[in-house]
Amino acid sequence: MLDNPPDAGPFLSVNAIKTEIVRRGSGKPLLFLHPELGIAPAAPVLDTLGVHFAVTAPSLPGYGHTEFPRAWSTVDDLAYFTLDLLDALDLRDVILVGVSLGGWVAAEVATKSCERIAGVVLANPAGIKTGDREHRDMLDIFALGQKDLEAKSFADPRFAAFDPAAATEDEVHVRLRNRETTVLLAWSPYMYNPKLALRLHRIKVPTLVLWGEADRIAPESYGRSYAQRIPGAKFQTIAKAGRFPHIEQPQEFARLVAEFGKSIS
Amino acid sequence: MRVYHFTEQPYPDAWLKDAESLRAILPNKLLDPVVAANLYHEYLDAWQLCDEIGLDIFVNEHHSTSTCLTASANLILGILARTTKKARLLGLGFPIANNSNPLRVAEELAMIDVISRGRLEMGFVKGVPYELHPANSLPVRHTDRFWEAHDLIMKALTYHEGPFSWEGEFFQYRNVNVWPRPYQQPHPPVWISANSVPSARPIALRGHVLGTVMTGYKAKDLFAEYKRAWADSGRKGPVPMDRLCYAGFVGVGNTRDEGRRRGDMVMEYLRTNAIVAEAYKNPAGFIPAKPAAQMIKKTGKMTFLSHDLYAKDGTNLGDFSKADLQCSIDGGLMFTGTPDDVYEQMVDFYETVGGFGHFLMTAQAGRMSYKDTADNITLFAKEVLPRLKDYTKSRAKSWGIPERAVA
Repeated sequence: MLDNPPDAGPFLSVNAIKTEIVRRGSGKPLLFLHPELGIAPAAPVLDTLGVHFAVTAPSLPGYGHTEFPRAWSTVDDLAYFTLDLLDALDLRDVILVGVSLGGWVAAEVATKSCERIAGVVLANPAGIKTGDREHRDMLDIFALGQKDLEAKSFADPRFAAFDPAAATEDEVHVRLRNRETTVLLAWSPYMYNPKLALRLHRIKVPTLVLWGEADRIAPESYGRSYAQRIPGAKFQTIAKAGRFPHIEQPQEFARLVAEFGKSIS
Repeated sequence: MRVYHFTEQPYPDAWLKDAESLRAILPNKLLDPVVAANLYHEYLDAWQLCDEIGLDIFVNEHHSTSTCLTASANLILGILARTTKKARLLGLGFPIANNSNPLRVAEELAMIDVISRGRLEMGFVKGVPYELHPANSLPVRHTDRFWEAHDLIMKALTYHEGPFSWEGEFFQYRNVNVWPRPYQQPHPPVWISANSVPSARPIALRGHVLGTVMTGYKAKDLFAEYKRAWADSGRKGPVPMDRLCYAGFVGVGNTRDEGRRRGDMVMEYLRTNAIVAEAYKNPAGFIPAKPAAQMIKKTGKMTFLSHDLYAKDGTNLGDFSKADLQCSIDGGLMFTGTPDDVYEQMVDFYETVGGFGHFLMTAQAGRMSYKDTADNITLFAKEVLPRLKDYTKSRAKSWGIPERAVA
């Protein structure tokens, strides 16, 4: 399945999908699934996690420079891609970490198969529907202006700074592509799979749900509800962080993941 | 040349000063149903008048907006199909990529065509980005969904041998069998709107009517691309005039002042049309990431929806929503003044863009009263249209271009 050897460069072929991938650090294997913002190779969290783990961080299909097959349209497709990636890299006893939309993907993966997974960390995950039909669980990020979106997503919106004039065309393109893929995956039903909540009991490995306290896109109660549906899952909050705690608190994020990793070994 | 009267059926009482958005998020408590009923009746009366004075009728639809109370073009055309006798009934149109049920659209179109005894002009539009939220329509792959809906509707209207099944990427039906079938055979003329040059090509390849709306002199490039694609498609001879359409604004009066006063009232359309909350203007994926990134790098800003207007010589006249009357005249959007003025401006525009067979005339907008609207369209029909018809007929003849396409 894996067409090029892992050391051939930043791209791997996973089930014929050209995949951008970053590998960092050493230790137990950890697969990091980025949120809807994508992941840059220079992201500090890759280094802080790399102190404790052998980190593999793909750009999921449709994000960064990873291809997105025309026939694909759902988070389910990304979950099967992730299972293919685990097979392709022959990763075993992996700590599977996902943030926001990446947390949704991670939860879908773990409900399908935990064969290669030792533990799951979901940070501010999306993906389930908890409220009634007349209230959405999460603010509609597609209906927020950019400033508003940043203010509600981050404890400190400076972490969201992006200057299109200073960025390269490729950086602008990746940013738009990430958002376009997110729209495709999460437009409707908005940010959830109606079936996922009913399948979370299938996650049979130790699970930690992290929650950036300053998240004003989804409330903490959503994260707690998520954790309650996964047998034995723990819930922990991260201060001074919003929806993307790995960006705002990369040290604390890595510390909590490492602590979780130790606790299950 | 055929000329169609158009109004969006606006509800101007809700246009509060400094409103963040006149669309999508404006609460409908700002609408008084009694006022709305009166407006609908007046707008319908003006279209009825068109039938009597030799004008055709153009209806569109928008959703969740105070700028346009036509939430269903088919409903309005359904009324006019029965109450009018001669006018062509153009819907331009039906945002079929935003409609979850294109089969229902096909049924309604067939009904309108039959009730009107074959007067339907059937227009499909991709729609404006700010209606994707109200329609819950996925912005990504929107164009693909548009063409699949188009193909399904066309087959539904032209296949007469009992049910067929449709298992497409976006739509699935087990039993497509439309009753009635259309009055016009094989189907009513098809129009598709386009405001960018590349969008003209797929319309020409299918031989449909190209509707350009508020493009000003850019219409010349769209028509040129249409003609190239028409030739590339293997069709013989020049593009018939009735394949090309331009939509602009008209304010005509007995005096220049009166005409320009009406023109200025019609401008209210431009001033209000694009007042939309930021997040609704550019839904991610509606414009694919690659061209969007190029546009952003050009402007240095993350928004990229452009309404710039250009003069005949190519000078950029700025955003049309901020244009004054003279600017909109210079940009080829507005034809206004006395009947002579309007005729001369239109002939000049017609020559500059290389001719067209349909003119869609926004002759009512904002708070323009029924009386002003009726005078506006009546003066146009009596004092401008006959000359314009003579002129464009002789011009098409001199170019060796047929006026009508033969089905």
